[in-house]
Amino acid sequence: MTYIGIIITFVFINNFILTQFLGLCPFIGVSKNVESATGMGFAVIFVMALASITTWAIYNLILIPLNIEFLQTITFILVIAGLVQFVEMVIQKVSPPLYKALGIYLPLITTNCAVLGIALINVRSGYNALESFVAGIAAGVGFLLAIVLMSTIREKLNNEWIPKYFRGIPIAFITGGLMALAFMAFDKALLNNLIG
Amino acid sequence: MIFRVIYSFLSVAILGGLLGIGLAFASRVLAVKKDERIEEVESALPGANCGACGFAGCAAYAEAIVKEGAEINLCSPGGSDAVKAIAEIMGLDADVGSGERMVAQVHCRGSKATSSYLYAYRGVKDCNAVHMLFEGDKECKYGCLGLGSCIKVCPTDAIYYDEEGLVRVDRNKCIGCEQCVNVCPTGVMKMVPYSADYIVACNSNDKGAKVRKYCKVGCIGCKICEKKSPEGGFQVEDFLAHLDYSQQGDRTAAAQACPAKCIILADDSLKVKKVTETEKSREEKEKKAVNEKA
Repeated sequence: MTYIGIIITFVFINNFILTQFLGLCPFIGVSKNVESATGMGFAVIFVMALASITTWAIYNLILIPLNIEFLQTITFILVIAGLVQFVEMVIQKVSPPLYKALGIYLPLITTNCAVLGIALINVRSGYNALESFVAGIAAGVGFLLAIVLMSTIREKLNNEWIPKYFRGIPIAFITGGLMALAFMAFDKALLNNLIG
Repeated sequence: MIFRVIYSFLSVAILGGLLGIGLAFASRVLAVKKDERIEEVESALPGANCGACGFAGCAAYAEAIVKEGAEINLCSPGGSDAVKAIAEIMGLDADVGSGERMVAQVHCRGSKATSSYLYAYRGVKDCNAVHMLFEGDKECKYGCLGLGSCIKVCPTDAIYYDEEGLVRVDRNKCIGCEQCVNVCPTGVMKMVPYSADYIVACNSNDKGAKVRKYCKVGCIGCKICEKKSPEGGFQVEDFLAHLDYSQQGDRTAAAQACPAKCIILADDSLKVKKVTETEKSREEKEKKAVNEKA
C-alpha cells in the first residue's frame, strides 16, 4: 500500500512541476511539440529512477557511516552528473536508436533541480531503497504527465489567435499557472479517501 | 571536529576523483567511431534542414550518403556546388543533373478584390483547413486560398504577402525545396525555372465564360498570347495558358495583350503595380459606363 501511496503522491499530489515548481526550465523550453516533450519525459523518468537509487546508496553507505550528511547536496550533484554522463556514453555505444531518442535530452537534465529534488526528498522522507526507486519513477511519470499536457495545449494554441503581447512564452506561463491551479485539487484528502 | 572536516574533504575528493577517472576511462572504452566524411559532407550541404532530399535534415542526409550510398544530387538548395563538393569528398563523379535552378511561384492573382467568394471563412488560418470546406472559400477551385500555409513552412522566409494581400515568392530567397508545393491543397504553387521572365498567374481549368464570372484576373483561354508571341512558348490547354520555359522568344507582347492581365513578370513587384493601375482605370471605366446607362 505504501508504494501506491508514493505513486499517487508524486504523480498527482506533489507533482514536481505543477505543485512543487521544480524543473520548470524544460517544462517551458521543451514543451513546444508533443514528440520532444514525450522524449524529455521518458528521459526524466529514466534519470530520476537511476538518481534515486544511487543517491540512496551514497547517502546510506557513505554519508551516514562517516557522519557527514550535511554534504548530501554537493555529493548528490556530483554523483548524478557523473552517472548521467556515463549512462549517456553507454547508450550511445550499445543502442544508437535509444540514444537518438533520449540522447539530446540527457545532458539537459544532469543538473536539473527536479532530479536533485527527488534525491533530497527521498532522504528527507526516510524511504528505503525500493521506496526511493518507486518515488523516482513516480516523480518522473508526474513530470511526463505535466509536460505532455502542456505541449498538447501549446500545439493547439498555435492554431488560435492570441493577442500580440501574449504570444509565445507569456501564454505558456499563463497556461502553466492555470494547470498548477487545477492540480491544487489533488491534495492529501484524496490520498486518504483512496487508500485510507 | 577536525576529523569531520578531513572526512568531508577526503570523501568528496575521492568521490569526484573516482567519477572523473571512471568517466575518462569509460569515454576511451565506449568511444563510438565516427566516419569523418559524414561531417565533411554535412558541412558541404547548405544546412537549411529543409527536407527536400527526403531525409530528416542535412545531418541525416549526410549520414545516408556516407553509410547507405544515397544519391548525392538530391539537395536542391545546395545546387550543383554542393553536388560537386560532395562528389569530391566521396570520390564519385559529379552528376549535377538538370542543372537549372527551380523556384516556386504562385500561379494565381485572385484577391478579395478581384475574385468572388462562396462564403466568409472565419476558422483556423490554414489553407488545408479551409480547403476541407467545399474545397475552399473561393468560387474558383484552382486558385490561391491566401491563408499562407506555404509562408509557414518556408524555411527561408521567401514567401510573403504583397501590398494587395496576394501570396508571392521572392525567387532570390527561394531555395527550391518544394515544401510549399507539398503543403498547398490546390496545387497553385508550382516550380518554374529561376530564369523564367514571365509566368501565367492562373491555375484555373474552367471554361473562359465561367472564369470570367468569378475572377477578373483569371485566364480565359482566349489564345491571344499564342498569337501575339508565337516564339514565346505559350500553349492553351484545358482553357489555361501554359508556358514552355525552354522557348526563349519574347513574351512581352503577349503579357501586354492578355485581356485578363494574368501573364505577369516572375520577379518584378513594380510591374505588378502597373498592372493593378490599369485594372483600376478599367474598373473606373466600367463604373462610368454603368452610371451612364443609369
